[in-house]
This record gives sequence, C-alpha cells and structure tokens, in this order.
Amino acid sequence: MSEIGYSKKVLDHFMNPRNVGALENPDGYGKVGNPVCGDLMEMFIKVKEEKIDEITFRTFGCTAAIATSSMTTEMAKGKTLDEAVKITRKDVADTLGGLPPQKMHCSNLAADALHLAIEDYRQRAEK
Amino acid sequence: MPLYKGIYDITIVKMNSMKRIYMDHAATTPLAPEVLEAMIPYFTDYYGNASSLHSFGREAKEALEDARIKIARLINAEPSEIFFTSGGTESDNLALKGIARRNRKKGNHIITSSIEHPAILEVCKVLAKQGFEVTYLPVTKEGLVELTTLESAIRKDTILISIMHANNEIGTIQPLNEIGGIAKERNINFHSDAVQTVGKIPVDVKSIGVDALSISGHKLYGPKGIGVLFVRKGVKIESIQQGGGHENGLRSGTENIPGIVGLGRAAELARNTMLDESKRLTALRDHLKDFVLNRIEESWLNGHPTKRLPNNLNFGFKYIEGESLLLYLDALGIAASTGSACSSKKLSASHVLTAIGLQPEYSHGSLRITLGQSNTLDDVDLAGQAIEQSVIRLRKMSALGPR
Ligand SMILES: Cc1ncc(COP(=O)(O)O)c(C=O)c1O
Repeated sequence: MSEIGYSKKVLDHFMNPRNVGALENPDGYGKVGNPVCGDLMEMFIKVKEEKIDEITFRTFGCTAAIATSSMTTEMAKGKTLDEAVKITRKDVADTLGGLPPQKMHCSNLAADALHLAIEDYRQRAEK
Repeated sequence: MPLYKGIYDITIVKMNSMKRIYMDHAATTPLAPEVLEAMIPYFTDYYGNASSLHSFGREAKEALEDARIKIARLINAEPSEIFFTSGGTESDNLALKGIARRNRKKGNHIITSSIEHPAILEVCKVLAKQGFEVTYLPVTKEGLVELTTLESAIRKDTILISIMHANNEIGTIQPLNEIGGIAKERNINFHSDAVQTVGKIPVDVKSIGVDALSISGHKLYGPKGIGVLFVRKGVKIESIQQGGGHENGLRSGTENIPGIVGLGRAAELARNTMLDESKRLTALRDHLKDFVLNRIEESWLNGHPTKRLPNNLNFGFKYIEGESLLLYLDALGIAASTGSACSSKKLSASHVLTAIGLQPEYSHGSLRITLGQSNTLDDVDLAGQAIEQSVIRLRKMSALGPR
C-alpha cells in the first residue's frame, strides 16, 4: 500500500477508526466539506469541566479523510477546550506521519470540524 | 471465519497469509505461462536483430513474421497490415497523428467520443493546438455513441473518426460495424481503440470496415510494452517516429522480438480460448452483479446492461467514496479499481462517469471489477461478500446516508 503514499499510521486509523458514530445530544457539533467534492465530515463533542469528555466523528470521504477524522478525535479527547482549539491541520497530518501532498486538504477538514464543534459549544454556552 | 469481528473492529488478516484475488484485468493481465515460455528463447538464444542478414538476424525475422501472422489471424487482417508498436498508447498516438497529419490537405476535422482513453483524448488536445478541429461526441447514460449524433457531426472536412471499441471503465461496447459503415459511406478514415476488446470478444477488421485499430499486449495475457496498430492496406498514414525505417517505414526502431513473440503467442491462445472464456466470464460477471445489486441498497451498475465486456462490472454506491472502498477491499485481498476523484492523480472525477451523466456526489462511489482467467466462482463469491461488508462498514461511518 505504500506506493499510494499512505503511512502505516494513516492506514491503521483508516482500517480501525477510533470514536466512530454520532453522539446523542452533543454539547457541540461541527460539519464541514461538500459531498460534491467527495468529502463531508461531522464531529460531535461532549464537554465536562471545560474538557472534551467524549468526541466522535462521521466521515464520507477517502482514506485520508477518514484517518484524519479518527486521529483528530484521538488527539482532542481529554484535552481542555483551549488546548483542543489549538490543534492545527498540520498537527493532525504530522501525528499521522504525514500525508501525500495531494491529500493535505483532507486533513484541513478534520481540524476544521473540531474547531467548529468547539465554537458551537461555546456559542451554546453563552446563551 | 467472519471477515469482521464487529462493526468497528475489523479483523485484518495479514496480507501474506491471505489469498489475494486479482480483479483488475482492465488495468493489466498477468503473462500467460505459455507466453513466457515462448518468449524466453528470444532473450537468450535467438537474440539477433531482425534487420541483420546473418542467421541470427534471420531467426529473429522469422519469429517476427510468424507473430505478425498470428495477430492478423486473430482480427482477420492481412499480416502486412500489422505494425508493431510499444503498446496501446503508442498505437493510438500513431493512428491519430499519423492519419490526421497525412490527410490534412483533405480537411482538418476529427470526430471522437467523450469517453475515450487519455491516449486518444490527450492526442486530440495536441492536434487541436496544431490547428485540427475536434468534435467530442456525447454518449447515452449507458455509454453508447448514438449513430444519429455521429452522422450529424460529420462535415465535408471530416478526415478521421476515432471511436473506441469498448470502454475501459464501464465496459460499454460500441456499435462498431454500424460506425464503420457510416465512415465508409462518407469516405472518412475510421480508427478504433480496441485495447479492451481484442482477445476478449471477436474483432473482425474486415467486417467492421475499420481503417486502423489499436491493440495492447498486456491486456490479453501478453507482455507489457508491446502493441499493434492495424492499418488497412491503402490507408494514408505518416510515421510519427523516424529512424531506420522498420515496420515498412511506419515505425522505426529495432523490433522488440521477445515482446512481439509473446504477443503473437497470446493472440494465438486468445483465438483458441476466447469464446469459452467469454461465456465463463459473463456468467461470473452476472453472478457477482446480481449478488451485489440484490444485497446492497442504493447501488447500481454503471454502463450498459448487455452491451458490455464479458469481464467488466462498474458499480455505483451512494454515501461512500471509492478510494476508501478500494483500500478496504485491498485489505481483504480483493484488487479492484475506482473512478473516484480522490483516487486519481488529478483529483477530478472520471471523465467517463461524468460523460454518462453521473452527478459528482455519485461518481465518487464507483467500483470497477474486471475479471480474468484466474478468477473462479469462489473468488467471485468472496469478492461479493467483501464488497458488501466494506460498503456496510464505510456507510456506518459516513456523514451521508438515510437516517
Ligand atoms: C482503452 C485503452 N486504450 C489505451 C490504453 C493504453 O494502453 P498501453 O497501456 O498499452 O499503453 C489502455 C490501457 O490502459 C486502454 O484501456
């Protein structure tokens, strides 16, 4: 599989994705992407004492999109919201051991979905 | 043993302990053992240059002409109408550039279809830059070129029609005899890229009335890097590669004798086995098609239900993406292909799926299975189960779907 340029870690997260599914009554929800372009991602979070207590995802997309979603949930879980919001697109790709250049935009989506979910939580909390 | 332990924890069988099933024969085929056997002496013992006058050269020349006869026989051509090239891509280049440039005084209009292989479409782009006008015919949603559309595209200055015999992605077989008839009636050169059909279904250049036809060795259990352009006697064509004047001046370069011998043997084998093998593959194809379409909701077949290559299936699945599906199948030992944008170097959806009118969100979930000699009923059953399991799994994690 290496000839298509995916690292072992990418393939592991792709074949054995962590934290898959939807959360009932999430505290925060983020959705990015467009099915016409071939990827759509959702992130669900539950927050306890300003920490990400639970996080799950659902993704329509290629190998990189699924792996980065899974990786992002693993990186964010247990972190404070302030820490989690600092997870960048690059952090996700780096933690996965890199992504093929033409797939970098997929990793953008996962971090973006996480940030949106956190933003959604904060907006709800303000109300 | 179940393919999956649970829904989200797949039992990944180690690749080396698992039977791998190759179902990507439209991409390439393995070399038939008989072909390899025929080739070996031409690397080691009969290595002469076919242009040399000594006995070494004569041995090579003899093998060259023997292969030419075998290939001519497969497509009902004359041996003198067979020109060896480096493969399908070169044959397409030579046919289009060679015929267009040589007939430029007669006109500069070329007609092709919107679902051709890049070896045709990219050449057309180059020719268009050099002043030729190219019309790309649309196709029906089954992938067929309509004869009325073709007829109305023909102009006084049309010098060449190039329509592929069967499409490499969706397997649709074009009405070549009828297209040939139209071209002949209007006195227009007709070329066909038959890379996906020669050796799989009967191709008779005389009854089609085709002027030029491309063949590639590695699609019919022959070697890679060898191909043929059939050029009907009397067709005006110029070379695109100059040198020592090999292949009657049309294609210079010392002949690849082992490759040519291999292709000759592959053509001979294909001629003997084609009818039985195409029946066998059609049965396997339809078995797998029925399994997948019955078991998996919101799935469909791209291409034509009956006018299709005996070994080709192209499925569409809603809510999932083809590259993911391909790699799940790969992990389960099934090698297939997809027209998904994410799997392509250019990140754009397959031009063929777009041409048959598939919406982008549906063309992402395509899966091409192309069967071949090694595939059995067991293989097809395993592939069906693997497809079902993979689709279910990917749909469970998808952000799209009915819920
Ligand atoms: C329809 C068609 N034309 C041309 C080619 C190119 O042939 P080759 O790989 O021998 O250059 C292919 C192979 O992918 C093909 O499927």
